[in-house]
Amino acid sequence: MGIVNALRRLSPDSRNTLVAVLTGLVAAYIAYGIWDFKATAVLGFMVRYSTPLALAAMCGILCERSGVVNIGIEGQMLVGAFVAFFGATWAGIVFGVVAGVVVGALLGAFLAVCAVSWRINQIIAGTVINILAAGVTSFFYRQGRTMKGSMPTWEIPLLKDIPLLGKVFFQNQPLTYLTFAIVIVLQVMLFRTPWGLRTRAVGEHPSAADTVGVNVSLYRYGNVAAGGALAGLAGALLSVEATGTFERGMTSGRGFLALAIMIMGRWRPSLAWAAALFFGLLNGLVNQLNFERVIDVPPQFIGMLPDVLTIVVLATFAGRVRAPAASGQPYTKE
Amino acid sequence: MNRQRVQSALLPVVAVLVAFLIGAIVVLADGKSPVRAAEAVIKGSMANRAAIGATLEKATPLILTGLAVIVGMKAGLFNIGAQGQLLLGSIMSAYVGYRLTVLPTVVHLPLALLAGVAFGAVPAFVVGVLKAYRGVHEVIATIMMNTILVNLTDWLAGGPWMQPDQAISKTPPIQASAEIPKVADLPVGFFLAVVMAFVVWFLLSRTTLGFELGTVGANRDAAHYAGMSVKGITVLAMTLSGALAGLGGAIETQGVVGRFEPGFNRGLGFDGITIALLAKVSPRAAIPAALLIGALRASSTQLQSIAQVAPEIVDVILAVALLLVAAPMIIRWALRLRNASGVEGVNLNTGWGS
Amino acid sequence: MVSDRIDHDAAAGGTAELLLEARGITKRFPGVVANADVSLQLHRGEILALLGENGAGKSTLVKMLFGLYRPDEGEIRIKGEPVTLRSPKDAISRGIGMVHQHFQLVPVMTVAENVVLGAEPCRGRFIDQRRAAAEVRKLSERYGLAVDPAATVEDLPVGTQQRVEIIKALFRGAEILILDEPTAVLTPQETDELLQIMRELAARGVGIIFITHKLREVMAVADRVEVLRGGRVVGSAVPSRTDEAGLASMMVGRTVVLRVDKTPAQPGAVMLRVRALQVDDDRHQRAVRGLDLEVRAGEIVGVAGVQGNGQRELVEAICGMRPIRSGTVEVDGRDTTSMNAKAVNGLGVAHIPEDREKHGLVGSYTIADDLVLNRFDEEPFARHGLRDFTAIDKQAEQLVQRFDVRTPSIHTETNALSGGNKQKVIVARELSYDAKLVVAAQPTRGVDVGSIEFIHRQLVAERDRGAAVLVVSAELDEILGLSDRVAVMSEGRIVAMLPIEEADRDRIGLLMAGGA
Repeated sequence: MGIVNALRRLSPDSRNTLVAVLTGLVAAYIAYGIWDFKATAVLGFMVRYSTPLALAAMCGILCERSGVVNIGIEGQMLVGAFVAFFGATWAGIVFGVVAGVVVGALLGAFLAVCAVSWRINQIIAGTVINILAAGVTSFFYRQGRTMKGSMPTWEIPLLKDIPLLGKVFFQNQPLTYLTFAIVIVLQVMLFRTPWGLRTRAVGEHPSAADTVGVNVSLYRYGNVAAGGALAGLAGALLSVEATGTFERGMTSGRGFLALAIMIMGRWRPSLAWAAALFFGLLNGLVNQLNFERVIDVPPQFIGMLPDVLTIVVLATFAGRVRAPAASGQPYTKE
Repeated sequence: MNRQRVQSALLPVVAVLVAFLIGAIVVLADGKSPVRAAEAVIKGSMANRAAIGATLEKATPLILTGLAVIVGMKAGLFNIGAQGQLLLGSIMSAYVGYRLTVLPTVVHLPLALLAGVAFGAVPAFVVGVLKAYRGVHEVIATIMMNTILVNLTDWLAGGPWMQPDQAISKTPPIQASAEIPKVADLPVGFFLAVVMAFVVWFLLSRTTLGFELGTVGANRDAAHYAGMSVKGITVLAMTLSGALAGLGGAIETQGVVGRFEPGFNRGLGFDGITIALLAKVSPRAAIPAALLIGALRASSTQLQSIAQVAPEIVDVILAVALLLVAAPMIIRWALRLRNASGVEGVNLNTGWGS
Repeated sequence: MVSDRIDHDAAAGGTAELLLEARGITKRFPGVVANADVSLQLHRGEILALLGENGAGKSTLVKMLFGLYRPDEGEIRIKGEPVTLRSPKDAISRGIGMVHQHFQLVPVMTVAENVVLGAEPCRGRFIDQRRAAAEVRKLSERYGLAVDPAATVEDLPVGTQQRVEIIKALFRGAEILILDEPTAVLTPQETDELLQIMRELAARGVGIIFITHKLREVMAVADRVEVLRGGRVVGSAVPSRTDEAGLASMMVGRTVVLRVDKTPAQPGAVMLRVRALQVDDDRHQRAVRGLDLEVRAGEIVGVAGVQGNGQRELVEAICGMRPIRSGTVEVDGRDTTSMNAKAVNGLGVAHIPEDREKHGLVGSYTIADDLVLNRFDEEPFARHGLRDFTAIDKQAEQLVQRFDVRTPSIHTETNALSGGNKQKVIVARELSYDAKLVVAAQPTRGVDVGSIEFIHRQLVAERDRGAAVLVVSAELDEILGLSDRVAVMSEGRIVAMLPIEEADRDRIGLLMAGGA
């Protein structure tokens, strides 16, 4: 009875999430019962594919919740990946990751300057970042470097022994765990703390926040820079942790995908994470089916799958969801 | 008024000069000689007739993608998808160019161009419809479309339309009857692009359609009030934009490459954005902007061989120039200019919904 | 209403503590002096009205008192101590609270969240939601401000949202409360409730500065009134020792013409016929609910009503800008129900839109272009899809002359004009083509007095020419001054249609609020 009551007290959002998670788990274990190895592979792919996307989507959420559209996530990730990798070849992986995050934050701050202080159209400002990132990383790119060290895989005691989930979620590399933590922390902070309330107010109705003494510019600067740091981290995850290398244009559109995931997740960290996992799952399934020659699709069509999905998702959701009301609008004090 | 106009025209020039300066510093930081680099650019882009021809060739698709971005921006749309539209236009014109064999030039050449125009317009039309009727932001949609079209053209050129008995994926060469000729080393396609710049200028500034595009771009609510179909204009502007990019691809295929080869024209669409902003969204100014970038692109081999500088330096320079044009307050502050406005009349939609 | 005025004269007489004092405040903006040497005092438990027309400098003054602007000259003292208010935060920390004309509430958040925003009660690092709700409840009980802390603001009626704003100020410990045109958006009944709340607050020691241009409210509630005109204090008065007419002439600087000069109407054929009209608003809620209306040639029908009762949707539906769910609209016998704005305009319907910056003009266009905004493709301004700039300029020169638009050139950006001149551009465009039906929504909102008279005369001239004129306005005085018949609108319907002779203020007020 206690459980029923607790369920009843949950918000519709949390209830739906709970139902979705439970359904997903049941389906996953049924699949695991039938094809244990393949199910593990697909879910493993899902987590690997979704993690950088989720992290980049967190960047989008931080920025847009405070009223700045960040179309430059792609570029911030790319530079983050570049700096992290070459930092890691020079002074080790920890230095590399930190450097990637710092440079990401600087690019975030740059977007904040453009959007908040200079009041440049935010779409153009983001595009400048993307073009600059592509140019600079290609120009300074050097072939044949290797990192000093590599990311370990950490197994979480006890949890790692859970069938299926243990392998999928609790035998991962450090930045993946960090992403899990960031999503949860951000979800709680955004909806439970003064910082979160103020951030959302700044993104919904900046003059309301301003008139009660919340410094709109400061919040926008802080959050957009923090968002940039997350995008930088997402890039570092891609180069230093996931692949151990850097290639020109290696983000290949993930920054834009992240924006679609943010929209699909209705600007909520936990829902966006779920959306990222969903994207990962679909891609994992198609890959697996293709790998086993159940379906025979040219690789180019696999390559365009996330993009087709994104368009379909946006065509379904974009008109219906409600973005933070002041997102994309520069704020002028009266 | 006049003084203001002069200052405002000066801005892109100053931006480019500053960008060159920063480029030189980057080259220096890389341990190479900026003087040699400058020499390489001059040799590669204007030292002789062949170099000039190369510059014009490079500038041709850039004028058109620049125009594509400009038409979109006038209507408040940011077409980042000129790249993909150009690719599809390019491969379709190649297909028509190699597949049809018995046509005379007067029919075949324009037909292939038309195929490029039409198929450049198709994906842009889809994006326009998604924007107008489903509230999908065109920036996301066009970027997704870019990846889709890169993959699609890759597959076509490496599969169904691949030239048999070849190792690399590319289509067969087009028929002579579809080729755009060169006159004394100078590509005729370039002059076609210049004509298009004037056509677009005329369309935007002298016709009622141009007025509608501009009104929708400047104030959608006022356009609605004035009885214009905001949705219709959105779709139309996007389609026109794609058609221009497609034409760029077709000219590239029929006048320069002679077939479709994946990867040979990456980046043309993104340069279009730089051109549109450097030209301050004015169609006629797209010509000098495209010539500048064309010259830099044409000298990439010389940069490598004469100055040992990676040709990506051009991207760095362009990104800096773009930044300075988009953020005019930097230059305004540096030069103590008053009222040197940046990209005026651009009012891109920054919301996600419809 | 004058009769239930509470006498605070004793409190205002100097025995009560001086809360706020402004001395010799001057504020200049490029080209204008918004406030010149303004001084005022506010005591504990006192209600001070700032009376003045649009543009008299009231808003600028209180924005300085709330730290939104800094005065160029002069001094502000709080409880005798000179202060510099750099931001609203400074003002709040010194016990000043402000209820803005446009509510500063986040629509998607709850009442409690809005109240505590910026000063959240915490337990550890987290917001203490329970305490936030309790605080709201406590304040709402103490001052009789009924609200539910858990309600989402956007679901609340306007009057309740205003109470949330007051609670927000009190929560921050406001002893000085500034209310900027608080009754502009309220029904007469809600207004009465607000006035009652103000008395309650004053009785508990809050000092209130109350901005308004409505004389009745001043008479009903204020202890003292300062009248502003052209940025200066032109007079101070105690309402009980003066009358409305005296205040009014002080406010405008000359005897007010309450009625527009016009002859009796000579109505002709029905030009606009609306039947059982249903229209939705932007949030897909039904806004116009089965409305019937007729306007004849040669008469002016004024639609009175509190903002947000479907007026905007009615106007947009008539003018083809908003889809009609059911019912019909006929213009001069033609069914226009499913026509778009262009087609309706083509039938001879002129539309002066409510929001001139949003709908009426493209600010970055030249005046010449804005003067053909909705006829850009008609002869002589365009032929075969090509625009004829000679014809466009010629028409612009004529209209600028005839409608007295003050501009350096017809090629000036419309953005550069003042509000009154922008409105004249729209009026010039819409009245330039001898329309059969003129629909004017809030035709003089935010416009200077001179332009108001000019625009009113133009509308009467349209009527006398034989056009049917429909005027929608939130200003009851404008409706009463212009109309030949008054339609009262409430909750999406016309609840009464009165000939001007029978249209008295009290009756209309009651009808506007949905009363019988």
